[in-house]
Amino acid sequence: MNALNGHADIYAALTEIFNDVFMRDDMQLTPTLSARDVPGWDSFKQIEIMVSVEERFGIKLTTKEIDSLQNVGDLVAVIAGKT
Amino acid sequence: MLKPLRWLPEIPDWRAQLRALARRDGDIWPDAVRLANARMDFLATNALDETVRRRCGAAPPATGTKPIRLAILGASTLAHLHAGIRVAGLRRNIPVTTYENDYGQYWQELLDARSALHAFAPDAVLFAFDARHLTQGLSAATDAAGANEALAETLDRIRRCWRMAREAFGAFILQQTVLDVFPTLLGNNEHRLPGSRSAFVARLNAALRDAAEEDGVDLVALDEAARREGIGTWHDPALWHRSKQEVTPAQSPAYGELVARLIAARQGRSYKCLVLDLDNTLWGGVVGDDGWEGIVLGQGTPLGEGFVAVQEYARELARRGVILAVSSKNDAANALEPFDKHPDMLLRRGDIASFRADWNDKAANIRAIADELNIGLDALVFLDDNPFERHLVRSELPMVAVPEVPDDPALVPQLLADAGYFESVGITQDDRERGAQYQENRAREQLRAASTDLETYLRGLEMRMLWRRFDPVGRQRIVQLINKTNQFNLTTRRHGDEDVARMMEDPDTIGLQIRLLDRFGDNGIIAIVIGRRAAPHDLTLDTWLMSCRVLGRQVEAATLNLVAAQAQAMGAKRLIGEYLPTQKNGMVRDHYEKLGFATVLRDENGRSLAMLDLSTFSPIPTFIDVTEG
Repeated sequence: MNALNGHADIYAALTEIFNDVFMRDDMQLTPTLSARDVPGWDSFKQIEIMVSVEERFGIKLTTKEIDSLQNVGDLVAVIAGKT
Repeated sequence: MLKPLRWLPEIPDWRAQLRALARRDGDIWPDAVRLANARMDFLATNALDETVRRRCGAAPPATGTKPIRLAILGASTLAHLHAGIRVAGLRRNIPVTTYENDYGQYWQELLDARSALHAFAPDAVLFAFDARHLTQGLSAATDAAGANEALAETLDRIRRCWRMAREAFGAFILQQTVLDVFPTLLGNNEHRLPGSRSAFVARLNAALRDAAEEDGVDLVALDEAARREGIGTWHDPALWHRSKQEVTPAQSPAYGELVARLIAARQGRSYKCLVLDLDNTLWGGVVGDDGWEGIVLGQGTPLGEGFVAVQEYARELARRGVILAVSSKNDAANALEPFDKHPDMLLRRGDIASFRADWNDKAANIRAIADELNIGLDALVFLDDNPFERHLVRSELPMVAVPEVPDDPALVPQLLADAGYFESVGITQDDRERGAQYQENRAREQLRAASTDLETYLRGLEMRMLWRRFDPVGRQRIVQLINKTNQFNLTTRRHGDEDVARMMEDPDTIGLQIRLLDRFGDNGIIAIVIGRRAAPHDLTLDTWLMSCRVLGRQVEAATLNLVAAQAQAMGAKRLIGEYLPTQKNGMVRDHYEKLGFATVLRDENGRSLAMLDLSTFSPIPTFIDVTEG
């Protein structure tokens, strides 16, 4: 719980999204996970993740926010700030 | 925002079923078709597409439908739209293989006969130009003359693309209309600024409609979809700047639907018949309990008006060729009373081609409707407010389309329109007359019942067969019959629209479209025969098919007389008939033998070849008068 900074629900929703995007069942999301760690996480998959996050959480991510993302933890922080 | 594909039911454990499918042995296509007929977002669409492609590979599976090779050409990123199109094809049991030009290279690839596009050899080409590409160079500083010139040039360039694709591939052409992604500069009266990109897009879309009419091109009306659903549903400017995706990936399932419907329509595989429940679908309340005076229908109450709107939409569909049927759990007398007595009923008994009101289960009833109308179950859409009945029909008859029905009847017409079941690329005379045709059939049945023997009945029908070579007027109906006829079909060869067009040009091919009239009316085009001169004196019958509703009327014999005469006029001395067995065409196994052909060969798979010597053939006597016209 501590590692997830109290955002377990966001992590749970993101895990579903990541599993769907990468067609897997075993994604383990951690704050430091980034595109370098996941095979196939290219710019198109990145867009799929962003579009899914927007639909799932009912938010709009700005270009600046997307460009500043370094890892899953950053994404969770942006979502948490908007929901 | 409306979720895409909201007319499709949700399958609760869809994801688990897909995972199971990916691991299973054997042919997964039929189950993939079933999963494709569930509501899904773009990620689910991608996952299903990926699974099918991994398992079915490059070669399209044998589905009994014509596989399609679709080239998607444009100047922006389109890769995210392929899965939506392929899965929408899968939903219709049509295997679709796609190709996309290298980024920005559509023009070069069309021109270069050695390009990957030419190697792909598409049957269909979709031009998906983005708005920014088509309005390059235009600005608020452009004057009226400049804007007019730009419009003419842009239109000319697009039409040259159509021509090149048609000449190079014989492909049928789809043109995406242009999304108006531009913010306005004047506002309400934007059209007064000639150089406005937004105003230009509106003019271009109007011009594209005229040009597409002239050139026989089908439009993918993205502009209309965006008008109804909002440009924000389809386009995200931030995504354009990030990835040059004009259509957002989230809309890929909806985009695929628009495209696949047209492909299906061009194959004559759109749905043909709307089967309607009665209580709480066509009117409010239960007629068996409330009586015909007690049902909620008509002006005066909002709910009653909603049901009138449903009836009005159904009646309009019928007027343009959709067949209406009724399946209701009711005593027949009760079910008929509103049709005969209620002043606000728009639909009348005569609008319903097949009326089933009884206590049988609805799957059995729907089978009976398909039998009575002589159409395939895969041509039926079943509209019922009751989730239990919908579920039953979906599980018993997966080929029948069963939309989810909104609680408010006011929303039903738009739902049926959005689902696109009856997508049509035009309207034929047969379509307009279809309602009357089913009433005439009832009169024929009465004559048959009143006739004491077959000869009296056949004589009494006063039949006339009118035949013509394939021509542009009949083309759409010809393609429809070729792609939908399963039972009386000797070879089940699925020729597409462009194949039929080529046959019209080919001196060694005769295509015959045959119409049957009788004293009760016009049955429309009921038989198609395609003969090819294989050897100098042999005419090989590539295709012989007939609508089952004219079985037992000597049409087969009269058709043979016609084909023999045509073959002789070409200098042929023999007719070669071929039978290719399928699961559905057992009824014509001995068709040629019954007509006097000699069996030449019958192999272990049931395929057979039969031959008729024209030098000794004399026409078979029938009660049908045969004329060209």
